[in-house]
Amino acid sequence: MGDFKEHESDLLIVGAGGAGMRAAISALGMGRSVNIVSKSLIGKAHTVMAEGGIAASIGDVDRSDNWTVHFGDTVVEGVYIGNWRMAEILAKQAPERVYELERFGAVFDRTPEGKIMQRAFGGHTYRRLCHVGDKTGLEIIRTLEDKVLHTDAKMFDEVYITRLFLREGRFCGALGLEMRTGEFLLFKAKALIIATGGCGRVYKVTSNSWESTGDGLALAYNAGAELMDMEMIQFHPTGMVWPPGVKGLLVTESIRGEGGILLNSKHERFMLRYSPEKKELDARDVVARATYYEIKAGRGGPHGGVYLDISHKGRDFILRKLPGMYSQFKEFAGVDITKEAMEVAPTVHYQMGGIRVDPYTCATSVSGIFSAGEVASGLHGANRLGGNSLADILVFGKLAGEVASRWMEGKDTLEPEDSEIEREMDRVRGFIRKGGNPYDLIDELTSVMQDRLGIVRNGDDMRKAIELIKDIKRRSEEVGVSGGLKYNHGLLGCLELQNMIVACETISVSANIREESRGAHTRSDFPKRRREWKVNIVCRKDGEDISTRLIKVEEIPEEFARYVKPEVYEDE
Amino acid sequence: MSEESGKRVINISIYRTDENGGGGYKDYEVPIQEGMVVLDAVRYVQEHIDTTLAIRWNCKAARCGSCAAEINNMPKLMCKTRIDTIKGKIRVAPMSAFNSVADLVADVSENYLINRQIPEFSPREAEIPWKIKQIDVERTKEFRKCIECFLCQDVCHVIRDHKADYVGPRHVVKAASLDMHPMDTVDRSEFLNNEGGIGYCNVTKCCQEVCPEGIKITDNAIIQEKERAADRFYDPLLWRREKKR
Repeated sequence: MGDFKEHESDLLIVGAGGAGMRAAISALGMGRSVNIVSKSLIGKAHTVMAEGGIAASIGDVDRSDNWTVHFGDTVVEGVYIGNWRMAEILAKQAPERVYELERFGAVFDRTPEGKIMQRAFGGHTYRRLCHVGDKTGLEIIRTLEDKVLHTDAKMFDEVYITRLFLREGRFCGALGLEMRTGEFLLFKAKALIIATGGCGRVYKVTSNSWESTGDGLALAYNAGAELMDMEMIQFHPTGMVWPPGVKGLLVTESIRGEGGILLNSKHERFMLRYSPEKKELDARDVVARATYYEIKAGRGGPHGGVYLDISHKGRDFILRKLPGMYSQFKEFAGVDITKEAMEVAPTVHYQMGGIRVDPYTCATSVSGIFSAGEVASGLHGANRLGGNSLADILVFGKLAGEVASRWMEGKDTLEPEDSEIEREMDRVRGFIRKGGNPYDLIDELTSVMQDRLGIVRNGDDMRKAIELIKDIKRRSEEVGVSGGLKYNHGLLGCLELQNMIVACETISVSANIREESRGAHTRSDFPKRRREWKVNIVCRKDGEDISTRLIKVEEIPEEFARYVKPEVYEDE
Repeated sequence: MSEESGKRVINISIYRTDENGGGGYKDYEVPIQEGMVVLDAVRYVQEHIDTTLAIRWNCKAARCGSCAAEINNMPKLMCKTRIDTIKGKIRVAPMSAFNSVADLVADVSENYLINRQIPEFSPREAEIPWKIKQIDVERTKEFRKCIECFLCQDVCHVIRDHKADYVGPRHVVKAASLDMHPMDTVDRSEFLNNEGGIGYCNVTKCCQEVCPEGIKITDNAIIQEKERAADRFYDPLLWRREKKR
């Protein structure tokens, strides 16, 4: 028998990045008590890594910009399988969220007239990204952190949630392990918002930080929620390739936005061939594929990347606009980007898919569970535009907080079953035993994903991957580590491995189903985009199996469709 | 691991705590990789030699400030310290100004409590959307680069030796970032002078030397805030004027 401490609130938020904290602010404003649980320390969430800016059509730089253009860009670059209702909400509300953030204390770079400065980014028709240098994410998280720290919200950092509990089909609580003390904490609440971010770490080469192991995906999936668009994994075209320790680290799109160009080892500006009009500023899937093909064709550099060059803009400009990138290359690679080109290659950056939510309420398919941010799906479709995720976390974080707060009106807090709590504590403690090293399996798993579910996929590889993942899953039941419950990273590794497997299974199964190439999902055996695949693939847990179904993408009504460039299929 | 280099290894000493609150350095052998940083070596130990090693890291890109530690007694980010810049033995220990959680993990939670006490951003009434000049943005930008690694708190001898009632450099920077905000209306020098204990700082500038973001903590934040406090609370002209009223 084990002990646990109880914490009760109206609303529980798992994840203390931008979405979670913005949700907390809404809920607190509506008089709800809030507990926020974070796997990392406060203020370290992956939001901090966002560099380029937040997309909002405030039109401070390009006056023709407005929400309809942002809406159109989002739907088109999501390759027509994104949820148009979510795109509408995002495009309409992003400007107000930016101004609001400014009133919370965030500082943005300015135009000469004192308005908010906006920069160009791939796939955006106009200069749209509000930014502060190349540290926009830090500004956002610090602003929200300050705001939340000055409220009554309780923050539980370095607590790892391992399971959600339901009663009568409705959310009632979650069990967490407090790393600092090794104690179990039971969080009871009327409603839950999952805002845990993505799963980039299921790949070998990723820009994602330690946290992004798909924890929220797995928590929701194991509680019966549906996941959607899991095959859509964004490869950012430019990640560092050298030194090995930082392989995959993000090289911001702002470099291209500010005029950087991509070159191969023959000094050809190859984007002219792949995308004569938009060139380096085409959507990420297009640029990532082009980069991949150049490297494959043997036109890469010594560390297997292509070259990104901004040195022609001059030292002053670079130090002012891209200070973070300057020091990143200087310190890690010994490269002075004001003088020489950077070597870069695609890196896993974002999951477009995730927990399936209702566009107007952020409600998942489980009663009492809401979700927002990267872990939720729908908005970005088959490809996310840069800057849309920072807009996403604010817009849908706010919405989730409000809707969850309204939804719980008149509802009681339900008691989780003692036996379920006991069973879960036993499961966690059970990994303290003699067994295989979880990191060896994580290593195998990430290799499978990198090698067989990369930028360009094919059926044989994916079917093999599904098999290999099954085998890893079987062996994952026998991992074990020594030590105790207190600050045991190895134990966390065992628990994360289980979540990563859920992400990998659903990614590989969904990817294998989609027999076409669309957005981030490219198949050499099905190279064309096809109308019959204008669907979303949905996964749900069915015992030990995954049950899948296809949902037709809703047609955009005429009054909105006129803002969207019509879809064209090659074969029709 | 690649074999072609003939398995070159480095030795690294990592501070390990025990159950009784004591601890000591333990040596580990780690294969060398090109361009390796201390965090790579420490993670190798944690993942392949002893999974119970308690470490804290997050972004491995010097953007989150989680992996602060003392490397050969110097407060540094593990993710930003290249192995090939260290001569001789590598010794890694947790930040010593804080209580220990385990091994390399320090308990930095007091910082969030201090942050709570700093008067929050309070903008003046102005037409929305705000108009702000870039030059005013630049004034506050330096302080907003802080990644909250707390290395400056760790190196601060006031905090280390006296645990005096001084909030520490990080929090002066925080206050300065708000005080310099073009729309803000609060003067936090009052807080810093009273509860903040800024008077304890004797401007030895150790904090700005260890700042991984290169923030001139002493020159641009602490001294400025001290002067504001001095103007406000110790200005004889002001006293006389106050008395007259």
